Amino acid sequence: MTDAPELLPLGPDGLLVRFADQLSEPANRAALAFRAGLEDIGNPGIAETASSLASVLVKFRPDVLARKALEDELGSMLAERDWLEAPLPAGRRLWRVPVALGGAHGPDLEAAADAAGIAPEAAVEDISAARLRILALGFSPGQPYLGFLPEHWDIPRQVDVTQEVPRGAVVVAVRQVIPFANAAPTGWRQVGRTAFRCNDPGHDPSIPLRPGDEMEFLPVEGRTLDRLLEDASPHGGAERFEIP
Amino acid sequence: MTTGLVVERIGPAASVQDLGRPGWLKAGLSRGGAADRSAFIEGLALLDLPLGTAGIEMAELGGRFRFEAPMRFALTGAMMRATLDGERRDVGASHFAAGGAVLDVGAAGSGVYAYLQVAGGIVTPVVSGGRGFHGIGGLGRLLRAGDVVPVAPDPAPDTPLTRLERPSGTGPVRLMPGPQTGLFSPDMLKAFEDAVFVRNPRANRQGVRLDHQGARFSTRAQLNHVSDFIAEGDVQMTGDGTPYVLLADCQTMGGYPRIGTVLPTDLPSVAQARAGEELRFRFVTVDEAEAAWQGDNELLASLKLARIPQSRDPRDVTDLLTYDLIGRPPEDVAGH
Repeated sequence: MTDAPELLPLGPDGLLVRFADQLSEPANRAALAFRAGLEDIGNPGIAETASSLASVLVKFRPDVLARKALEDELGSMLAERDWLEAPLPAGRRLWRVPVALGGAHGPDLEAAADAAGIAPEAAVEDISAARLRILALGFSPGQPYLGFLPEHWDIPRQVDVTQEVPRGAVVVAVRQVIPFANAAPTGWRQVGRTAFRCNDPGHDPSIPLRPGDEMEFLPVEGRTLDRLLEDASPHGGAERFEIP
Repeated sequence: MTTGLVVERIGPAASVQDLGRPGWLKAGLSRGGAADRSAFIEGLALLDLPLGTAGIEMAELGGRFRFEAPMRFALTGAMMRATLDGERRDVGASHFAAGGAVLDVGAAGSGVYAYLQVAGGIVTPVVSGGRGFHGIGGLGRLLRAGDVVPVAPDPAPDTPLTRLERPSGTGPVRLMPGPQTGLFSPDMLKAFEDAVFVRNPRANRQGVRLDHQGARFSTRAQLNHVSDFIAEGDVQMTGDGTPYVLLADCQTMGGYPRIGTVLPTDLPSVAQARAGEELRFRFVTVDEAEAAWQGDNELLASLKLARIPQSRDPRDVTDLLTYDLIGRPPEDVAGH
């Protein structure tokens, strides 16, 4: 892990502020807080910002703001405080999302539990008890990377890619959980399924989640999930709470 | 009142496109939009359209379109042979179609992506801030035969027609270093610049795969780097060291190392390379990349200045009656 945040070019109109080159909770918190701080400044030369697992992307307008000037501004902002110690930004929400774990909806639950060195029942307990944070949205639009499960969940991706998991598949690897936005191939293990739609062009906003939001999984019976999938109810029966 | 552009025949990968949906990276959606932004903006310039206007993107194969109302239109991008009611029409120029006229666009003779812009602009519903099809974003869909694309009326059908001279520079594709360039050894970077790549048949709006003879491009150490942001134009090395150049509909994040980022001004030449065509790359510094950067507004303004009036010999003009030669609105004579 590098000690200082790095400023790196990403395209002629992009700058990446990288807090760590490995997955880490403080680096994710730093990325969320730093992006929130940048948005507050509202520099007209900045076109858009986004945070990933451990970095912030700043897209700028080279005709308005020179890279050097932006680097200076970001550099002094980085020096203002220890961003790795920053609290989480305000305005976050908690999503409580029904999920069916194991059985037909979670074909890899046992294999995943085995890889984590625990019994399937303990795996269900871990996943239902975890309060997970949306570390980043990406891969597919609106799709969250959720972290972190307890350390024994630092399990690798599968060697063989599963050709396709359905939309709503809940997959795990490397202490993270992802509810899939769309059917896709994956090397992660499918432990469950949710009716939550990460990206629903029929709704406004089409992408309900924001990085920094939190998520808890509420275990339900397979039958209950079948019904939620059938009803196509908004957010798949999930409840949303403001985090004070 | 909207009119229609009737899609009578269409290739399998054609879609409505605009210049994309900026501002959604935070939600995991890449900008998307026209695969060849320069060619798309050429079409806007030819018809005096603003940057937000949508047009039709055709990939490799063209299509047949019927104009329900009189309309100026422009063809840009890949060299597709086009006829309007049987008369040849050039790519890189604006033209006038009478109501009921049929535009037949053939397969591309060179290039991949061609654009059909209409002077009224396409007015399909705006979804998440744009009209374009975005495959992995699940937004919009590909065009199908039988579609009637809604189009606003031509605001100024009497405007003189223009054309643009197309630049023909074909040097190596320029790329700038990115966050992971340092993971590749100097020898590997040199080998990348020396290699002659051939575009693989596998290509779409997400990216194009490149083949070459010689060693694979792997990073110095196979570190388990955390997934991070991807930029349009990034040259990504998959697990087995095969390069992919990422285009408009790319993912926003990924874990594969990227050797550099193709400059936006040079990316159209990658998007327009046909399967089997050769491509070479050359690194430039970040400063050089920044100097070469051009905003869409600036490009549109410069293209408008570069327009040349179309002088056509009246004896070659079979649709002469549809021109406003005596002050009558063209509608009166359309359809003869």
